[in-house]
Amino acid sequence: MSDRTPATNEPPRRRTLEAVSASLPKRYARERRFRLLGRLAVLLGLVFVGLLFLSIIANGYTGFRQTYLRLPVTFDQDLLDPEGKRDPATLRGADYAALVKKSLQAAFPEVSGRSELRELFGLVSSGAEYQLMDMVAADPSLIGTTQDVWLIASDDIDMVAKGHIDRDVAEGERRVNDRALGWLDALDQKGAVKTRFNKAFFTNGDSREPELAGIGGAVAGSFYTLLVCLLLAFPIGVAAAVYLEEFAPKNRWTDLIEVNINNLAAVPSIVFGLLGLAVLINFFGMPRSAPIVGGLVLALMVLPTIIIAGRAALKSVPPSIREAALGVGASKMQTVFHHVLPLAMPGMLTGMIIGMAHALGETAPLLMIGMVAFVVDVPHGFFDPSTLLPVQIFLWADSPERAFVEKTAAAIIVLLAFLIAMNALAVLLRRHFERRW
Amino acid sequence: MSTPVLIVVLLALTALAYFLGRQRSVALASGVGGVRHLHSLPSYYGSYAALWALLPALVVLGLWIAFESTVVAELVVLDLPAETQQLPPDRLGLVVNDIRNLAAGNVVSRAVTPDLQAAADHLRSLQGTARAALAVVVLALGIVGAGIAWRQISPRLRARNRVEAIVTALLIICSTIAIFTTIGIVLSVLFESIRFFSVVPITEFLFGLDWSPQMALREDQAGSSGAFGAIPLFTGTLLISGIAMLVAVPIGLMSAVYLSEYASREFRAIAKPVLEILAGIPTVVYGFFAALTVAPFVRDAGGFFGLDVASESALAAGLVMGIMIIPFVSSLSDDVINAVPQAMRDAAYALGATQSETVRQVILPAALPGIVGSVLLAVSRAIGETMIVVMAAGLSAKLTANPLDSVTTVTVQIVTLLVGDQEFDSPKTLAAFALGLVLFVVTLGLNVLALHVVRKYREQYE
Repeated sequence: MSDRTPATNEPPRRRTLEAVSASLPKRYARERRFRLLGRLAVLLGLVFVGLLFLSIIANGYTGFRQTYLRLPVTFDQDLLDPEGKRDPATLRGADYAALVKKSLQAAFPEVSGRSELRELFGLVSSGAEYQLMDMVAADPSLIGTTQDVWLIASDDIDMVAKGHIDRDVAEGERRVNDRALGWLDALDQKGAVKTRFNKAFFTNGDSREPELAGIGGAVAGSFYTLLVCLLLAFPIGVAAAVYLEEFAPKNRWTDLIEVNINNLAAVPSIVFGLLGLAVLINFFGMPRSAPIVGGLVLALMVLPTIIIAGRAALKSVPPSIREAALGVGASKMQTVFHHVLPLAMPGMLTGMIIGMAHALGETAPLLMIGMVAFVVDVPHGFFDPSTLLPVQIFLWADSPERAFVEKTAAAIIVLLAFLIAMNALAVLLRRHFERRW
Repeated sequence: MSTPVLIVVLLALTALAYFLGRQRSVALASGVGGVRHLHSLPSYYGSYAALWALLPALVVLGLWIAFESTVVAELVVLDLPAETQQLPPDRLGLVVNDIRNLAAGNVVSRAVTPDLQAAADHLRSLQGTARAALAVVVLALGIVGAGIAWRQISPRLRARNRVEAIVTALLIICSTIAIFTTIGIVLSVLFESIRFFSVVPITEFLFGLDWSPQMALREDQAGSSGAFGAIPLFTGTLLISGIAMLVAVPIGLMSAVYLSEYASREFRAIAKPVLEILAGIPTVVYGFFAALTVAPFVRDAGGFFGLDVASESALAAGLVMGIMIIPFVSSLSDDVINAVPQAMRDAAYALGATQSETVRQVILPAALPGIVGSVLLAVSRAIGETMIVVMAAGLSAKLTANPLDSVTTVTVQIVTLLVGDQEFDSPKTLAAFALGLVLFVVTLGLNVLALHVVRKYREQYE
């Protein structure tokens, strides 16, 4: 600037100002475009969240209800208990399927012919006979009487009643033909069709029949697996975090451990499944499909998360606490276990809950260790073959029946509810115990 | 005695040892003039005795359970007729399996010969003996350990120091589990991969263009010789991950910029956690969403424009995977953008730059290494993602770059090869471990690189 003469100084400055002013509208427009782009990106992200939840809920909310058909059932003495002894073994072994068939035939006496009859019997689920069996077992005096019973409808009828099967589609492309629709409408006019809360969905194990399938077994399997995972991962994770943060000398060995933990946190989960398959099942001969193996694999998987969260929690405890404890004569170990660890515990618990939520939603490594088995029984221990909630979702999502779509989505809603509850708990813990030092 | 009962009894023994140890230290102290003449607090003497009772017994219990079934099987094999022992290892394994099933009362795959029955009875008696011996050994160890501690307790015993030394050792063991996990992963995939590469040359695996892992069941069977060229899997993985990154990087990066530079505090407080919900949703849910909602939508949209879209198109799987990865990109980029010093923004504003010019010409270049690191982490996440592609991508290995076609990925093939019945000596199952090795090495490399880049960058501004 100093070498310029005053005479030539004025005009260029004005020209710069003009150039800047002239370019301003363009630059402001670019600014607005950029801002719009940013807003669009956030909005798109939020739309994806909304779309995901909407699609799951729209598909799944009907899964919590189940259609029932009311039929007069005659508990025939000759069929159930010909000797009249009311022996529980005889009652359990009786042919309840025949009762169901008879009552259907009685309701629609005009139906005849093998294939038509088979269609008629298809209105009611194969679970209906067990329903009747349980009724008789609970109250043998029913035998010989005629009762109006709400029987579980089959999955196709359930789908029609909930409107998932379009009646306007040509008959050939529909799973339920016009005849069955006619029977259903006839029952409906008598007020003999209704949907009610599907309790069996929460108590039953898996089944090939969608209307009988439930998540009870999967929830129990998830519970046992997560229990193993928790019992292993939390103490080990806390111990590792305490050592690395409070005791470990800074040397190559601890550096190696740190790098290892950070890398393990980013290893694809399916690789942990390969580890479980090769080491736990093939080398140590542990049982397939057992919660104990699943829990072990998941514990190894969430361990890095818990260690990292635990170290952050320990780091947030101010050094003055340690110095005060050491000052009054506590040993290093006493300082850590009596003072630092209790103060870091809320943070560690938060990390643990987040780790458990991660483990609860994990599927891929469990496929490797055989937890995709079809398990009807609700597991009762750590060694029973079992399946887990996310794996159950995967299995149902693969099933071709239309009714399994809503079961899958309903199971996803349950899974998400668990996850939201766990995360909310973590947030509450953090809010409640968070301390500013 | 079953294992849980044994553990409960052992724990009870431990508690007893604690009280006895504590009591003994107090009793000894009263002889020398009160508790303050002890070296440590009485509870440390109790803990010392408890650790002596518990740890040796627990170690033996763990080892015993780990190796019992193998050792018992060896003993049974030694008693089998000579011609059965001469069988190749895999056939012998089947025989042992049958014996196990027979002993447990399950269904057996062959006719039950007297030999087999005898072996099963032998196995059952061995198992019974092993159980009984285990209980005796463990409880004896517990009692002996407690006794040793009991004898050692004296007012001058440095109990606190010893207990703390033991606890430190336990802490060290816990912190090395991460290393053992890594070693376990490497060894398990490496061993099976080496077995695989002894059948299929490594060059054919890495550079072959044809993937059809079905092996011939009979010698004369036509058309299924098994081909293990993994290139189509790699390209499929890259295609789907590439689509995912095309979705995730712009959206994630732009929302990070908007949330950290433009958004009001209230909007940010709501939008950020909502976006992060995406990171907490299980991948199986994304898979269901992809298969049920997105894939049909993509197919119909393609049909509307007259395009032929496969029902398991790479596009649908990639799109959903991209949605899943948005929060990874956005929260990591958010961190690095916030780490750019405020002075740099102020300097840019002082020069008259608009906000977007500041972002594009100052902040993003300054944050670039961190953003690259977060993108690399996101790529590694996309490559290792399993459930979305298992549920929404195809199974046939096609060498194509067409996003509307169906492709398969490394993780899909691992799952399809290892789920269901399997024999552990066929190249088909071993191939899954070789794919796992590739996956592990690639993701590990990406992570190390990303962490390195991010750390380098952080140091610059700290």
